[in-house]
Amino acid sequence: MVDPRTSVISDRMREIGKIVAVSSGKGGVGKSLVATTLALTLAKKGFTVGLFDLDFTSPSTHVILGVEDLQPKEEKGIVPPVVHDMEYMSIVYYSGDYATPLRGTDVSNALIELLSITQWGKLDFLIIDMPPGIGDATLDLIRLIKNIEFLIVTTPSQLAFETVRKLASLLESLKIPMAGIVENMKMNQSKNIQRQTEKLGLTFVGEIPYDLKVEEAIGNTDKLLKTVLARKVGEIAAKV
Amino acid sequence: MHEWALAEAVITTASQFAEKEGLKEVKEVTIKVGELQQIEVDILEFALSQLKPASFKDAKFRITNEKAEFRCRVCGYEWLLKKEKLDKSTAEAIHFLPEIAHTYIKCPKCGSPDFEILKGRGIWLESIKGVK
Repeated sequence: MVDPRTSVISDRMREIGKIVAVSSGKGGVGKSLVATTLALTLAKKGFTVGLFDLDFTSPSTHVILGVEDLQPKEEKGIVPPVVHDMEYMSIVYYSGDYATPLRGTDVSNALIELLSITQWGKLDFLIIDMPPGIGDATLDLIRLIKNIEFLIVTTPSQLAFETVRKLASLLESLKIPMAGIVENMKMNQSKNIQRQTEKLGLTFVGEIPYDLKVEEAIGNTDKLLKTVLARKVGEIAAKV
Repeated sequence: MHEWALAEAVITTASQFAEKEGLKEVKEVTIKVGELQQIEVDILEFALSQLKPASFKDAKFRITNEKAEFRCRVCGYEWLLKKEKLDKSTAEAIHFLPEIAHTYIKCPKCGSPDFEILKGRGIWLESIKGVK
């Protein structure tokens, strides 16, 4: 008996120029905000962009975007709704405000289902907001999407960077391209993370200061795009 | 027409298999459809007929249904899907993404959402017959 779904995934991704998985070794580093702001910034620059929230058990990009009451269209699969000039896909279309407790195999199955039925069409960029860590979602994306690259988010904390080191080492050993490492929530001038990143032979793509205005901008993308975070993500977008 | 995307997956996989096995003509494809996903068999059959390549010209698509069966990981209770208890929007959400069952279905005995879908989740290609 064969699961037929995986056979069409590469075809569904055929017309996507660049697929960037925004990832981290641990949670709470601002990955969803970086991913969402990156997607919004690229869309604002005139690129065709998709944003896919793959953090199935704790999705949050819909809150950042202020998305409510939307549903994908059914058209030879499902077509993601256009939100703030980008195609946007999330499990919340189906789970609503309820908790979705999923174990590893369920995460894997849900991911394969959505990758095989979502019709993204032609995109310059697909930005994926990943769940934290080196779990099923990361391993499945590496297995199923051949031209994926990872943008890794850390904070200045050594604890966060230790987990990034492990994620980067895994990706390197599997020869998966990395767009680089972003240092988020920076509160001083220390170059510690940049030095450690470069010591690993990886690209340090930028630093984002801790920005108090971001919390006020949750749910309001106009406000979000005026924050220091958005300006810094704009600089990072130019390197992605 | 979400069934169309699944039909494409079946045809792609069956074609790859036929090519690998050197089948010149495919005569029969057996597909198992899980009750949980509530796939519209008529639409699936129509999509398969539209998507099949020349080597599948005379192929029969046999579609069988598998009952959805669950086992609670907490108390071990096993039960079958009671479709009639799902409201329309819940059934539709599960149709697109069967794992959403964990959002809306609970163990009837202990109330836990931590259960295994033992059988009847989605679509499987069971067998393919043809001539070399």
